[in-house]
Amino acid sequence: MDFTDTKEEAAFRADARAWLAKNAEPKRGAFETWDARYGEKEGLVNAKDYQRRKAEAGFAGITWPKEYGGRGGTPIESVIWSQEEGEYIAPRGYFEIGLGMIMPTLFAYATEEQKRRYPPKALRGDEIWCQLFSEPAAGSDLAGLRTRAVKDGTDWVINGQKIWTSGAHRADWGVVVTRSDPNAQKHKGLTYFFLDMKSPGIEVRRIKQISGASNFNEVYFTDVRIPDSQRLGGVGGGWGVAITTLMNERLTSGEMRGPDWDELYGIAKNTELEDGPALSDAGVRERLADWYVKRQGLRWTRFRVMTALSRGETPGPENSIGKLVAAAQAQDMAAFAMDLMDMGGAVSDPEIAPMRAAFQDSVLSTPGSRIAAGTDEILKNIIAERVLGLPADVRVDKDQAFKDLPTGKR
Amino acid sequence: MNFDFSDDQKVLRDQAKKFLSQHASPARVRKILETDTPYDAELWRGMAENGWQGTAVPEAYGGAGFGYLELCVIAEELGRSLAPTPFSSSVYLATEALLLAGSDAQKKTWLPKLAMGDAIGCFALAEGPSAPSPRSIKTTVKDGKVTGAKLPVADGDVADFAVVAASDSLCLVDLKGPGVARTTVKTVDPTRSHARIVFDGATAEPLGVGGQGWALTQRLLDRAAVLVAFEQVGGAQAALDMGREYAMGRFAFGRPIASFQAIKHKLVDMYVATELARSNAYYAAWALSTESPELPVAAAAARISATEAFWLAAKENIQTHGGMGFTWEFDCHLYYRRAKLLALSLGSARRWKHELIARVGKGKAA
Repeated sequence: MDFTDTKEEAAFRADARAWLAKNAEPKRGAFETWDARYGEKEGLVNAKDYQRRKAEAGFAGITWPKEYGGRGGTPIESVIWSQEEGEYIAPRGYFEIGLGMIMPTLFAYATEEQKRRYPPKALRGDEIWCQLFSEPAAGSDLAGLRTRAVKDGTDWVINGQKIWTSGAHRADWGVVVTRSDPNAQKHKGLTYFFLDMKSPGIEVRRIKQISGASNFNEVYFTDVRIPDSQRLGGVGGGWGVAITTLMNERLTSGEMRGPDWDELYGIAKNTELEDGPALSDAGVRERLADWYVKRQGLRWTRFRVMTALSRGETPGPENSIGKLVAAAQAQDMAAFAMDLMDMGGAVSDPEIAPMRAAFQDSVLSTPGSRIAAGTDEILKNIIAERVLGLPADVRVDKDQAFKDLPTGKR
Repeated sequence: MNFDFSDDQKVLRDQAKKFLSQHASPARVRKILETDTPYDAELWRGMAENGWQGTAVPEAYGGAGFGYLELCVIAEELGRSLAPTPFSSSVYLATEALLLAGSDAQKKTWLPKLAMGDAIGCFALAEGPSAPSPRSIKTTVKDGKVTGAKLPVADGDVADFAVVAASDSLCLVDLKGPGVARTTVKTVDPTRSHARIVFDGATAEPLGVGGQGWALTQRLLDRAAVLVAFEQVGGAQAALDMGREYAMGRFAFGRPIASFQAIKHKLVDMYVATELARSNAYYAAWALSTESPELPVAAAAARISATEAFWLAAKENIQTHGGMGFTWEFDCHLYYRRAKLLALSLGSARRWKHELIARVGKGKAA
């Protein structure tokens, strides 16, 4: 048992460090984001520039095959890269969905010509992709989606609405799951396409979150035409393709950003309660200890996953607990940090509040973390069924045509 | 990155699992639960034939000379099987105390016997229903004689000698000599034997440097905490497996109860806690096996995490079983009893949490 890199891993890490030292921007504060530093417009330009340089140096698409612009490297190299790049301020949220989830779907379902056309451009940041899955009436129950696709000659005509689409406002391309046959059972009437986000009939509207940020969009489709050549998988086979995309999501969902345990410890150390420093208070210490052991437990769990990757094995289910534990804990820690500040905890002006209001921001952003990329409840179902092998819930929507399923008012 | 046990260590774990499934079956555990027999002597002998008691004892003192990682994998299986023996007292505490602070003569006297399972040692720290501390310990040593009352002492009724925590030092006491009165006491987990020991001028041999008793006690508890954490992880996994198995086979409302989200999510909570505890225990195992300066923090984290995981898994296993879960007949209560006993045996989670934050703070200040 040890934590050292193998010779090959150490060599890769050294290469990664050398490149980053020359090409990446050091962090100015623990929670500074790319967008906060550059603003939205300049942020996009700079992100594409960084991504192009990263791709040219062979650090984008580390595990991708070489013929599509990748490095042909190992999953452990990908993890090492993330660790090293995490020490810098790097553009996040621009390319992950395209490179981590959508391109692997193209590798599995697209034609050879398409695979030579799209992934290399995505890798260089020339084209950004978004994932048009969720709908107002289809979130956790994604297969309940209603956006219609009707065949018309060699095209399909799309009408409907998507929601929670990260980055749609800056995306060049998207993948969309549609309902092509409402008479079929719900999972069997779906078809999956990719499309040009500049197609006529697409309208993108930003959603403002409770944190004030706008990471997501609503996307409206009015008679949008997609050539049949951009269909991935068979007609009615879209569910299987969507699952391929979502399976890759579990591999890309990273750690929580924002204040973590060390910052909470810092608040406890520097905050006076009625009887002295918060850090000396028995109740505070117990809460801190509880969160410390969970945070450490997740950290060592990731190391166990890395070990499996390092040996060329497929990691076990251990990592599936990551977001489930981290998101809920981040929310509780943020609320507790504000409690320590007592009445003053309500202040969220970054010029006045401790740590530039990191915890006040976190209390408003963590509800989203517990929902995006699988709600706590869906993640528990997934762990229950895939890890513990428990039976699926009894379904009342299995043996009916989609059009006959009852719908609610929300 | 190689944060896992080696193939040899995994083979050892599998061998331990197989041996214990035959020789520490629930029926054997129940024999100790339901009779006055303090521990399973036949199992103890079998473990000694496998060389388990001497796993981490150097060959020079009659042990196998393996490391702590080997002891950790055995501990996990002991926890899973609820093996009713004095292993933790004799191996994690008494043997470790001698390895940490014993003179060469003391080591030569006791370690070969401990390693062979021919002698049983125990650690006498608590003095009743309160948290032991340098201020609260009333047992004293004067002119080589120890006076005081210890309660409860795990395996104190069957041990040959005790490592006794006195107010400012540790000492070794032959429990078969004069000035020692032992009575068996009832605890929440009768599968493990406990005693009240009254010392009235019994001969005490100093262990380690005088005046360093509490520091030595802490170091000893840290080491034992790592090993007990593996027992707790093994117990938590067993309780989770048992709850899962029952939920799959028990039908209500026309379907297996394992298909209800209320049960599924409960079992997932048990799984999550157990995995976090396992990962913390792995890190502590690494710290123990390498004598890392991280050990005090890692041991406390492993202790807290494992204590909470085993408790959660044991109590929710009963809940998953419904009415049958709180019958004597079903084995759920064996895990429940052991979970609470282990949660207390090296000091409560409350106390370890305070220690943890103090230790993390020292690390941050350094």
